[in-house]
Amino acid sequence: MSTETHATPQVSAVRDAATPRPRWQVIVFRPETVTFLLLIIAIIVASNLSPFFANFSFILESSTYYSEYSIVALVLTMVIISGEIDLSPASTMALTACTFAASYQAGVPIPAAMVLAVIAGGLLGAFNGLMVIVFQLPSIIVTIGTLTLYRGLAQVLAGDKSIGKFPTWFVGLDYRELLGIPVPVLIFVGASIVLGLIVGMTIFGRQIYQIGTSEVAARHAGIRVRAIKMGLFILMGLTSAVAGLMAASRLGSVRYDLATGGELQMVLMVMLGGTYIFGGRGTILGTFLASWLLVIIATGMTVANIVITSQLTVMGLLLIISIIATNAIYARNQR
Amino acid sequence: MNALSQSFGLLFRRREAGIFVMLVLFCIVVGIIQPRFASLETARIVALAIPLILVSAMGQMMVIVARHVDLSIGSILGFSAIVAGMIFRDHAELPIFVGVLAAIGLGAGLGLLNGLIVTIFKLPSIIVTLGTLSLYRGLLFLASDSRQVDPQYIPKPLIQMSQTSPIGGIPWIVIIAFAVALLTYFFLDHTRIGRQIYAIGSNPTAAPLRGIRVVPVTLLVFTISGALAGLAGIIYASRFGYVNPGITGVGFEFTVIAAVVIGGVSINGGVGTVLGTVLGVILLGAVNVALPILGVSAFWQDAIYGAVILVALLIDRSVRRRGLKSLVAGNRA
Repeated sequence: MSTETHATPQVSAVRDAATPRPRWQVIVFRPETVTFLLLIIAIIVASNLSPFFANFSFILESSTYYSEYSIVALVLTMVIISGEIDLSPASTMALTACTFAASYQAGVPIPAAMVLAVIAGGLLGAFNGLMVIVFQLPSIIVTIGTLTLYRGLAQVLAGDKSIGKFPTWFVGLDYRELLGIPVPVLIFVGASIVLGLIVGMTIFGRQIYQIGTSEVAARHAGIRVRAIKMGLFILMGLTSAVAGLMAASRLGSVRYDLATGGELQMVLMVMLGGTYIFGGRGTILGTFLASWLLVIIATGMTVANIVITSQLTVMGLLLIISIIATNAIYARNQR
Repeated sequence: MNALSQSFGLLFRRREAGIFVMLVLFCIVVGIIQPRFASLETARIVALAIPLILVSAMGQMMVIVARHVDLSIGSILGFSAIVAGMIFRDHAELPIFVGVLAAIGLGAGLGLLNGLIVTIFKLPSIIVTLGTLSLYRGLLFLASDSRQVDPQYIPKPLIQMSQTSPIGGIPWIVIIAFAVALLTYFFLDHTRIGRQIYAIGSNPTAAPLRGIRVVPVTLLVFTISGALAGLAGIIYASRFGYVNPGITGVGFEFTVIAAVVIGGVSINGGVGTVLGTVLGVILLGAVNVALPILGVSAFWQDAIYGAVILVALLIDRSVRRRGLKSLVAGNRA
């Protein structure tokens, strides 16, 4: 929004508009800049911790685990910009992966089972959308309900055993490489570019910001708010299904507790990337940078022999600090 | 006569009546399908399943009435339980109440921290407590060195709280839980601050204009919620006889939220009673116990909790809309 006011500085208003802030301030005081600086600091600290870090392919390898969450976080960014939230994607990942595995076990060929899983993901997303848009319930509490429901259904579907024995061509997506880059990372980068262009460059993208800034104004401006929000929730489900399949391929087997607690990581990526929790602000670029930041931090901690369990502490702390910081930056810019 | 039927009508229009009818119907239906359910033994099992949820539900209910949500209570419960367990293990010479006080105090402190972050930075409580959910769980792993507190270290008198009874065969922990519920009722319905919590939840903008100091009241609500989660940690130790950093209280917040919303507490704040919440907790406990008796696999439990939250949201919405309609109709008349 602020860049647009700069394009037309001479506002002929009755009331004097505040003098626009200098351009360098607009560029520098952005949450994404903070994320970028943090990323650089993290890389410097981490490479001092371990010589492994100078090795770029090591980072790429370790990022395959996170790219599943990162892809979903990109779409979650759009959902949060539109003023809603979805806490159920990790459970959706588990349920779709279990749908895939259960139908494979029942004799469905792999490609058909994959299609089934993606359709299931779309339906689960549409169900979230139905509750939020048609029944007008707050998305935050609806998706807490579906977080529990979808995970529970995954448990019903798969029991407590892990379903595996997939054919070899399906397993090990994270070991496949194209141009020396693991496939999951390529998918993530590709999705970032496509979604980044859509959100930043298209009318549809601007409409998402408009909805998040003021839903009432958006409706009066003729934006099809309900359709767009529904579309975002369905896209969320579809993306989660793809991420679920990627996880199934990486792990080689599926259990109901796949991606447990993943919603925290996803929300953390979006918040670290400077998306405003109340909607209307945020970029795909921010989430993209934040995903790498998280990869570096997590791998750095693993390299430094910090146990997985205490990484929880760091993740929780980061989430709280990042919302406080983003909030502060936006409050400053609003003045 | 007329007045009597009117008050009966009022009684039945109350949400609690609906939950009570559901509870009775559920027990009758399950009792018919599987007569084994209709026994004193079942009642005992349900009664023992309730205290843990009931105590934390009282705190969560207050938080939700004030239009917030506390997702971190499962981690607070685990943290408090493990710290109490470590005191029991490493300082066996200290009296039991030291561990109990430490658990409640730690819970209150963690709850207060939630409240401080929410009120100072004006952030949505659900995201803040999602962060502290993870933060507190991580800290509890660090504090306990990822080690379980084994059954032999939990003091015998504490475990006996779940087994022995002062009167009528009702175990101590059940009595404690209902005492907490009674206190909560008096606090919410008969004290100034209690009523202010409802006022804040009904209309956070109007509340300060009425001279209510929103920040201290909100802080108090979060602190009480944390303290009760701490007490629930002690009940956990007493009931299960061990504390495990990776198990104790994980996912507990969803059970409690399910119980609270079944009890008719509106997620939009300002609406909800202790009686309704107690009935909601009992209903959830009864469902929990009925599932294995009916031969339904335990795997269904989480799915049912999730479905229950969604159904309760839909019911709450329709009740609210009906309330609005009757309000409009009343104004026209």
